[in-house]
Amino acid sequence: MDSQASNQSRNPELANALRVIVGSDAVVTDEEALRPFECDGLTAYRELPLMVVLPSTIEEVQRVMRTCAQQSVPVVTRGAGTGLSGGALPLSDGVLLSLTRMNQILDINDSTHTARVQPGVRNLAISEAVQHLGLYYAPDPSSQIACSIGGNVAENSGGVHCLKYGLTVHNILQLKVVTVDGELITVGSEALDAPGYDLLALMTGSEGMLGIVVEVLVKLLPIPPVAQVVMAAFDEVERAGDAVAAIIGGGILPAGLEMMDNYAITAAEDFVHAGYPVDAAAILLCELDGTQDEVDSQIAKVEKILTEYGATDTQVATDEQTRQRFWSGRKAAFPAVGRISPDYYCIDGTIPRRELGTVLTAISSLSEEFGLRVANVFHAGDGNLHPLILYDANKEGELEKTEELGNRILELCVEVGGTVTGEHGVGVEKLRPMCLQFEDPVIEQFHAVKAAWDPHNLLNPGKAVPTLARCAEFGAMHVHQGNLPFSNLERF
Amino acid sequence: MPGRDDIDRLVEKVRTSHRNSEPLRICGSGSKFFLGRPIVGSVLDVKQHTGIVSYEPSELVLTARAGTTLREITKALTASGQILGFEPPWFGENATLGGTVACGLSGPRRPFSGSARDFVLGIKCITGKGELMSFGGQVIKNVAGYDVSRLMVGALGSLGVLIEISIRLLPRHELETTLMLELDEKSALDEMIRLSGLPIPISGLSYSSGLLRIRLSGTENGIASAAAQIGGQDDANGPEYWLQLKEQKLSFFNRNQILWRLSVPVTAPAMNLGNDCLIDWGGALRWVYTDKTDQEMFEFARQLRGHATVFRAESYYQGERFSQLSGVVADLHTRLKSSFDPAGILNSGIMYSNV
Repeated sequence: MDSQASNQSRNPELANALRVIVGSDAVVTDEEALRPFECDGLTAYRELPLMVVLPSTIEEVQRVMRTCAQQSVPVVTRGAGTGLSGGALPLSDGVLLSLTRMNQILDINDSTHTARVQPGVRNLAISEAVQHLGLYYAPDPSSQIACSIGGNVAENSGGVHCLKYGLTVHNILQLKVVTVDGELITVGSEALDAPGYDLLALMTGSEGMLGIVVEVLVKLLPIPPVAQVVMAAFDEVERAGDAVAAIIGGGILPAGLEMMDNYAITAAEDFVHAGYPVDAAAILLCELDGTQDEVDSQIAKVEKILTEYGATDTQVATDEQTRQRFWSGRKAAFPAVGRISPDYYCIDGTIPRRELGTVLTAISSLSEEFGLRVANVFHAGDGNLHPLILYDANKEGELEKTEELGNRILELCVEVGGTVTGEHGVGVEKLRPMCLQFEDPVIEQFHAVKAAWDPHNLLNPGKAVPTLARCAEFGAMHVHQGNLPFSNLERF
Repeated sequence: MPGRDDIDRLVEKVRTSHRNSEPLRICGSGSKFFLGRPIVGSVLDVKQHTGIVSYEPSELVLTARAGTTLREITKALTASGQILGFEPPWFGENATLGGTVACGLSGPRRPFSGSARDFVLGIKCITGKGELMSFGGQVIKNVAGYDVSRLMVGALGSLGVLIEISIRLLPRHELETTLMLELDEKSALDEMIRLSGLPIPISGLSYSSGLLRIRLSGTENGIASAAAQIGGQDDANGPEYWLQLKEQKLSFFNRNQILWRLSVPVTAPAMNLGNDCLIDWGGALRWVYTDKTDQEMFEFARQLRGHATVFRAESYYQGERFSQLSGVVADLHTRLKSSFDPAGILNSGIMYSNV
């Protein structure tokens, strides 16, 4: 990857020192070769790193960290680069530590139902490797074919099935972590708990700010023998929302419970022909899993509730092919919306379910106010909204307008008791909404937590938690909302 | 909803103590005072801060003030057919939600539906500086900011005084039944591992006095088919057994000796420590009485890739209560503690000498 001839490193001494540790093919300084690393899944933000380093072992990570810490060089850790909030956006004066070469499944234990994996292992690869044992790894973010487990830990990734099976934090037992000084520590344990503070929980979702995850012990679950999905159509979004509340209040914990509004239904139907009713205001997809007996009785209950709550049509996928077809539309919702608009911007706010009607109505009037269409895809079971704002980046000022609309939606989520990010993380993208959600002392406390791990602020600096100074600026801007004075300013 | 807001007094008291560097000993109902190292400090009584703040069954979330009793919470949940999924031990009639979360203990359902920390969604607390802060929230998915609310679970009050807690709930199963199999300890451990790998609705796996007990929770049909698969006898006293196990009321717990809690991988072998061993959590939790010294037990647990806790001890016991942390991790604990509680006034020394 690297050729000495085209080495244009701005810090050749550091590059040479790191080459001694990881080998010359594992340090990238050439601009062309750096280009693929300039952004993660949030492509609106781009930056070339000083260099990319690709260690293959824990010891190499430790030595790289020691060297960088000694020279006060910041380090941004990157997994598969599929993150949606710019958490792995490089720093121009920093090392980008890519863990993709650490991609081995180290051990699968059929007795403890665990797998020990390196951070670069893909999420789906874990389930594939243990399928023959009747086991799987539950969290299934939509990027699971590509995203890596190390990144999942950093973001505390969820997925369609997290209502029943939890997030990453609920499905891992132990981490090996390299600290900013290159020390190797173990958090969590091979048992179900560990002595001391719950550092496993603290590390999960910490966006590479506290330490570098270099090994993960994941929990595996028995594959449910049966999974069935019911699709229900509604002529009012509110009714669909009420049906969701009734299903959950009725004592049923679906494996997945998703809602799409008419924009999303139509786009998905045009794209993959899932058999969705295109005239419906909203559809619900409700998946139940377990033994055949468990699923049969729950499906009956769910169908009854859906009908009671005014579903205009319900269909049970009785075979696997139909089930896959029903899900195909939901899974393709984002790219489908991508087909009806040159660009779209995905919001990740979470709200208490009872506020669904209020929030959707407010989003629709904001949509009118800004003159931008919004399609809604919703993890209805857990309150995680994904409004997709449709815009055209080639139209001058439309991205800025879109971001402002996004901020207004997130503000709304916070007002009704929700959060600005349910599963995509803060990264660089949501620093401003963080100021809306948290008061200054809490933000200071977050910085103090980081300082306990990383006193010189070298791990992914500038991400995840805004500085108070930035919040003050945002606050000032907020007063003049709709008329941003520095709309081209970087949103750090 | 009824209850009493005592925040102002609590904040004022912590602020004063912070100014004077006066240690505090946080107190709910006192039902779990036996846990952790003995500490000194003037009592900060949280049990007057009571009441369910919000509970809507369709949200599967309850928010309550820390002094609210588990009794009151359970009553509200039962009326709506919901449960606390981690089946917390009470260890006293007046056990509070705050104490339960601060201690982070979970009952027999833990391996199958999650631990106390798994269910905590948000926490309002007073830090050692006397600042009232909210972390997390009331929604299941929330990745904004560090997960400080889960960090507080099991921290024994040493990072903050818990004031209000939002907790995720589970629907109560339609039906619950307990099966018994007569087995020796080794076979029982093997059987627990085998059963844990099956897609059947297990909610408890415990072994004591030659009997493996299997609790199933689910729909009537689901339980019937699982029971047919497992075999064994119905235990008519099942509910009583699981309650006594959780509350440590089984006769096993009647000794005047140190009660050791060993948290180990399920593959840890049968322990021949001279006395009976009570097994919970499908093999991952072993309760034992032994004549071994504390250092021997900590080492014993370490070799099994787990850890040991002196769970209950007579007041003359002077040793450590928890397995020791490695140097770097211990330093991290010190720094985290001081980031929340710079003067070291909140339950200081309850876990280790430094935190």
